[in-house]
Amino acid sequence: MNDSTQLSLESLAATESPPQPAFAREATVRVKGLNLFYDDVQALKDIQLDIPDRQVTAFIGPSGCGKSTLLRCFNRMNDLIDGCRVEGKILIAGKNINKKKVDVAELRRRVGMVFQKPNPFPKSVYENVAYGLRIQGINKRRVLDETVEWALRGAALWDEVKDRLQEPAFGLSGGQQQRLIIARAIAVQPQVILLDEPCSALDPISTLKVEELIHELKQQYTIIIVTHNMQQAARVSDRTAFMYLGELVEYGDTDQVFTNPVEKSTEDYITGRYG
Amino acid sequence: MGSNKDNLNLGHHISRQFNEELEDIRNKVLQMGGIVEEQLGRAVKALVEGDTRLAKQVVKDDYRVNSLEVDIDEECTRIVARRQPAASDLRLVMAVIKTITDLERIGDEAKRVARMVQEELNGAMAEDVRHELEHMGNLVREMLRMVLDAFARLDVETAVRVVKSDNRVDVKYVSITRQLMTYMAQDPKSIPRVLNILWAARAMERMGDRCGNIAEYIFYLVHGRDIRHTEVDDAVVNIASDQGKRPA
Repeated sequence: MNDSTQLSLESLAATESPPQPAFAREATVRVKGLNLFYDDVQALKDIQLDIPDRQVTAFIGPSGCGKSTLLRCFNRMNDLIDGCRVEGKILIAGKNINKKKVDVAELRRRVGMVFQKPNPFPKSVYENVAYGLRIQGINKRRVLDETVEWALRGAALWDEVKDRLQEPAFGLSGGQQQRLIIARAIAVQPQVILLDEPCSALDPISTLKVEELIHELKQQYTIIIVTHNMQQAARVSDRTAFMYLGELVEYGDTDQVFTNPVEKSTEDYITGRYG
Repeated sequence: MGSNKDNLNLGHHISRQFNEELEDIRNKVLQMGGIVEEQLGRAVKALVEGDTRLAKQVVKDDYRVNSLEVDIDEECTRIVARRQPAASDLRLVMAVIKTITDLERIGDEAKRVARMVQEELNGAMAEDVRHELEHMGNLVREMLRMVLDAFARLDVETAVRVVKSDNRVDVKYVSITRQLMTYMAQDPKSIPRVLNILWAARAMERMGDRCGNIAEYIFYLVHGRDIRHTEVDDAVVNIASDQGKRPA
């Protein structure tokens, strides 16, 4: 952002609201009778789930229980896996995303994803965030500058990188890189953000920063997070879903799930018991 | 309802050390309860029999209750910091922290009764008052015994009975107060002495309340419902209807 001095006032104003025109923000996610098979193996069994708009929903459960698989259903990442077959409906803002004619690229813009390990592109900090916009054909310098700043501020990273925007993204720390990835995800204004163990490769301080960010982001986005860290689920989420062996065992308010779960297997898992 | 010890599964953590820590605080609460029970028994006996030597012993032994409270409190803090307990483990730790506060206060009230005995009784108590106080003391002792038993077995039914039986202690307290007022009206010079007896009765009434509190923590521990400031019968009905709704 070379002309940042000129832009500063406008940019500040721009950070108040997104620079792009807003579309229908309501993004409730409804899962109806979802079954998923890897060849003959059924990985998800009749999942029924309503994920509320602009709240944080956490999926917890032991390894292999299907939580990441379920998460990947929300932006059809499972399409990329050979032999993977999905049955049932997933409605995002009322539209079934499992229909054949759905534009998957557009879906993935609306449903952003952040992975376990930060995966910045081998480009500058600026270009990482601007990437999604450029793909959409947005090349106007001013719009890019504004959006990059807005997204980096939104990801609570701006103050740390504003003087190094043209430096390679790999020069950032792990925690900064992960927040950069979140900035990259929100730059294209998704409705839903999927976080697949976003803090498992981060130190405790960076983890807290990302958690703080999640708390900020839920004002605007529906957030779904998969985590192995139970305390993290308890800290950041409003709703918690416990999965086991491909089934949704229990789904409820996080406060209730962590103080008084209904199902014994949930209790055993969150209290560290062998069932 | 009934005994839910199996449901809480205190001993099935992957971390055996955590099992031991939880078991340890639970045992220590029972140990503390035993000492408080003994203190209360002796305080009531000292009051009824006007035994100042026994009363002195009660005052002296209060430190045992206090030091256990501090000890258990520290252990609970350690467990929260190191294990971040959840669900029934969390409820156990919370219930223990609250229970020991009430137990310690019951110990204090026993000490207070003992102090009254030491200060001024000297056979000044009329036979009928003595009898009433003994009866009240026995009611409270029974409540404490029951609530400790309920804690040990996580027995909600007994806990509910304790909450309900507090009413009997309250009624007894009102009756003793009335009786003592007549003495004061008859002989104003007796007021300081009679007031002492009244404070002792008041202390026992408070002990009954605290037993009721502990019973409520047991309900919370087992069912995850806070029934303080609610009608216990309603809470029991709600739990029963919830359990009816839950899938088998």
